[in-house]
Amino acid sequence: MYEKPFHAEIITPRRVVFRGEITSLSAPGVEGGFQVLAGHAPLLSAISVGQLTIKSTDGNDIRYAASGGFVEVRSNNVVVLAESAERADEIDIDRARAAHERAERRLHSQEEGVDAERARAALLRALNRLKVARSE
Amino acid sequence: MATLREVRGRITGVKKTQKITKAMKMVAAAKLGRAQNAVASARPYAAAMSGVLHHLMDQTADVQLELLRPREVRATAIVVVTADRGLCGAFNVNLIRAAANHIDTQYPGWATKGNVKVICVGKKGRDFFSKGSYNVTGRYVGLFDKLELSHALTISRALIHGYLAGEYDQVELIYNEFVSVTRQRIVVEKFLPVPVDGVEADGNRRRRSTLDVIYEPSKEQLLELLLPKHLNFRVWRALLESNAAEQGARMSAMENATSNASEMIRVLQLQYNKARQTAITKELLEIVSGAEALSEAE
Repeated sequence: MYEKPFHAEIITPRRVVFRGEITSLSAPGVEGGFQVLAGHAPLLSAISVGQLTIKSTDGNDIRYAASGGFVEVRSNNVVVLAESAERADEIDIDRARAAHERAERRLHSQEEGVDAERARAALLRALNRLKVARSE
Repeated sequence: MATLREVRGRITGVKKTQKITKAMKMVAAAKLGRAQNAVASARPYAAAMSGVLHHLMDQTADVQLELLRPREVRATAIVVVTADRGLCGAFNVNLIRAAANHIDTQYPGWATKGNVKVICVGKKGRDFFSKGSYNVTGRYVGLFDKLELSHALTISRALIHGYLAGEYDQVELIYNEFVSVTRQRIVVEKFLPVPVDGVEADGNRRRRSTLDVIYEPSKEQLLELLLPKHLNFRVWRALLESNAAEQGARMSAMENATSNASEMIRVLQLQYNKARQTAITKELLEIVSGAEALSEAE
């Protein structure tokens, strides 16, 4: 099946992670996952921590571990503003595992001054990274 | 007149110093390259972010968010971004002076009452403001060795928290912006409440706002989610700019120091040669007059 390509960018505060033509984008919207194809209606959506998948024009899926942000769709142009987005094959599993353990320890320590909300967010990000890195 | 040995000692000393300044210049140049890259790679995000922010603000003109709503200013917070290290010319001094001046002129008499909360990023600013009669409520040092997004997050969260808790009614950022290697510009920016007309409207703003856009969740909720990210990113940009400006300032300061050392070595070398010449002449004279005295005695 022929899928119409459209332009997409994945941008983080540190760099432009992806810029090019794709045929589909799936994002973890805060109100449920959604998919964008060519000709999608203008949309502005917040996304949560999760997997972001784009299908390049040659039919390959590229998967990213995204940690929250926004997706903006307008006139066949999609911009993903993410806090961070790491390509599945570039994720440092050891680092993610260490972050996971650190966050777990923080959450369970019940110490004064531990920002539980922040620790939980870190835990989610680490788990997401591990999940994206491991799923094939 | 300095003795030969003294002059020689000074030449060696200056040469050693020059080696250090040269090395520091090279290190600063390498760091500057990286810092400039970081500033440049933050630009696409900045553009996209401000586009979305403006769009949302246009669409939600009537919404009253605490982070947007100006209130009567009884206490203010000023974030002063300096470097952790010295040897970068007037970089820190200028910024500290500008900050102190800003506090004195904009908020006369407030500082002594503790109504100006100073939040210091960088050792140099911390050292200065901690000594004076300023109310320093935040200290962030050692960030510039390895800048991380989480640093910006820590700072912006603390600022938002302090603002919402009523510790201060507005927040300003003051930092060095990178203009060129030899030039920095000190900027004072309103940070909180978020200035509504902070960035001028771009051309496609009007056109975009006429589109029928689907919002998930609602516009208001999106704006509420976006504002903290926007603020976090603004702190990040200030850190990046200051870092690039610092490396540029250090590079040109060390460049100057190196060429000053060359000039000093030249002068000292001249002095050394003169002293050596004088010594030789004196010795010759002594030998000649000694020989004469001998021949007269015969």
